Amino acid sequence: MNILADTSAAAQTSGFAAGDDVAVRFDSVTKRFGEAVALREVSLSVRRGEFMTLLGPSGCGKTTLLNLAAGFFSPDGGDIRIGGERVNDVPTYKREIGMMFQNYALFPHMSLADNIAYGLKVRRVPKKERDRRVEEVLALVRLTGLEGRKPRQLSGGQQQRVALARALVINPTVLLLDEPFSALDKNLRASMQVELREIQRKLKVTTIFVTHDQGEALSLSDRLAVMSEGCIRQLGTPEEIYRRPCDRFVASFVGDANVLRGTLDGLDGAHAVVAVGVARVKVPASPLRGVAASAPVDLFVRPEQLQMVDADEPCATSGTVAAQVYQGGHVDLYIDCAESVRDRLLVRSAGHDAMTRWPIGAQVGISIGDDDAVAFATG
Amino acid sequence: MPRSTYQLGLGFVGKLAVLLILGFLVLPVAVVTIAAFNDRAILSFPPQAWSLRWFAKAIAYQDFRDGFRNGLIVTAWSSTIALLVGAMFAFALDRYRFRFSKLIEAILLSPLVIPHFTVGLGFLILAAQIGWTSGYAVVVFCHVVLVLPFVIRSVYVSLRNLDQSYELAAASLGAPPLRVLLTVTLPLLLPGLVSGWLFAAILSFNEFTASLFVTAQRTQTLPVAMYNYVREYADPSMAALSVMYIVGTAALIIFANAFLGLGKVLNIEHTR
Repeated sequence: MNILADTSAAAQTSGFAAGDDVAVRFDSVTKRFGEAVALREVSLSVRRGEFMTLLGPSGCGKTTLLNLAAGFFSPDGGDIRIGGERVNDVPTYKREIGMMFQNYALFPHMSLADNIAYGLKVRRVPKKERDRRVEEVLALVRLTGLEGRKPRQLSGGQQQRVALARALVINPTVLLLDEPFSALDKNLRASMQVELREIQRKLKVTTIFVTHDQGEALSLSDRLAVMSEGCIRQLGTPEEIYRRPCDRFVASFVGDANVLRGTLDGLDGAHAVVAVGVARVKVPASPLRGVAASAPVDLFVRPEQLQMVDADEPCATSGTVAAQVYQGGHVDLYIDCAESVRDRLLVRSAGHDAMTRWPIGAQVGISIGDDDAVAFATG
Repeated sequence: MPRSTYQLGLGFVGKLAVLLILGFLVLPVAVVTIAAFNDRAILSFPPQAWSLRWFAKAIAYQDFRDGFRNGLIVTAWSSTIALLVGAMFAFALDRYRFRFSKLIEAILLSPLVIPHFTVGLGFLILAAQIGWTSGYAVVVFCHVVLVLPFVIRSVYVSLRNLDQSYELAAASLGAPPLRVLLTVTLPLLLPGLVSGWLFAAILSFNEFTASLFVTAQRTQTLPVAMYNYVREYADPSMAALSVMYIVGTAALIIFANAFLGLGKVLNIEHTR
């Protein structure tokens, strides 16, 4: 609890990086589709070589922001800069971007090699160099030997690698990825994610990645921007977002969260103290500014931050074990609890002995680790 | 599970009904085909003796030969012009929202509901005004109007089925719009364009009603020549010609279906 940072201040500082270092900058960008506002004055700077994720539910504007970077349409307000140059009116084909589409959009009438060489041919790269670069990028995505295949003769994972190779071979200023993993099955997805991240690190290519999958966002990003309703709700490293969500939306959308009823005990500098049962939990003060002492607040706690203790020990709250779910590496226990705002509490326990120690129907006490909880005013 | 007598009976009646409907549909074709191989000079049924001489006569008849040649000229021009105009309009319709687009669409598709003789008569009056009645031009333009809806439909459906992300991908790789059109859009649209052209050609080549109004003796197409023939003579060479027509058209369609997949062109697979 001693390294508590003020989340909004952190977001401020990480949101405006030094000018030199910025590859893509959105400056108060607004976009409307008819009456609907897709983006409201969104500002975001993506640093050179950074893997930036736009995370949010469908309709939050993340894909619109990506398409604006690609130049598929232009903003109704604000500026977009790529490599320092204002590109509002620069058409897509002059932007030097590499884009990977959700369905990959490989040209079905061209071979794998022709697909990858397309961007080089357009740039009039001589045949010899073209062949060399295609060969190089094929080795990078481990598809050497399949040059002559048509896209429909490739598996989903191979198609994705071709799409990545096609986007990378032109050495783009920025790589744009539009939910590239959504069409893959779970196992393949995990290995492709690792592969993509490795390649991205190796080439140090600035990347903007759009996803609605919070797991993907947390595991891949250098930084991520959580979006909803056309605004960026929070910008930060995966750890900042997960451990110090700045509002209810981010706290609920990223990761699993339990919500407990508590009361605000008081504010003390960067910290606030929330009372739940007999327990006092230290939380970041910034989301609670302006909330009166002893006002009711909702405490958001991650499942792994809750500990179960014997019912007679002093603890934050108590309940009854309602269900146990064995997950292999850990155990999820669902607890019926009067203090829980939504449904049951979810407690994640690393060892499977929790299953025998806390059988279904057992009365348990719940204590909250003195770290990683956040509270927001009830409402 | 064994099926009951009732179910078996129902199945039998169903199959019989389907057979009867199919038989009814192919009946005229069957009658014409049998008549074509009839040795006798009158259109009688059923024939007493068999022969191929009416095929020989039909092929040798000068009016039919001219009609065939005229038909090919008119068809080539009209379906090509219709393809160019129709493709451009389908593009505009698919890619842009503009005022009166619904009205323009309705006008361009109107030959589907306006009788062919009305179109023919209109062109005849128009051609008479400017003294074009004896040339191919009036026939070609009349056919363009008649086949345009089919071409527009065919290209429009192909465009709707074309995932726009291919074009966006090409643009993101640095291809300017014309290059995208030539290297991505048109190659992917090719089946739609070819089958649109083929539809137009078959319709134009077979068109009779409007052609009767706008053709002159020198420009008459095959169906018009056949009509003029049957007004004076009644021998099975007409039937022989019909069989050749059917076989020719069927061969074209089977070819087109095998190489282009007409099914794809006739359905909108997904909507954007």
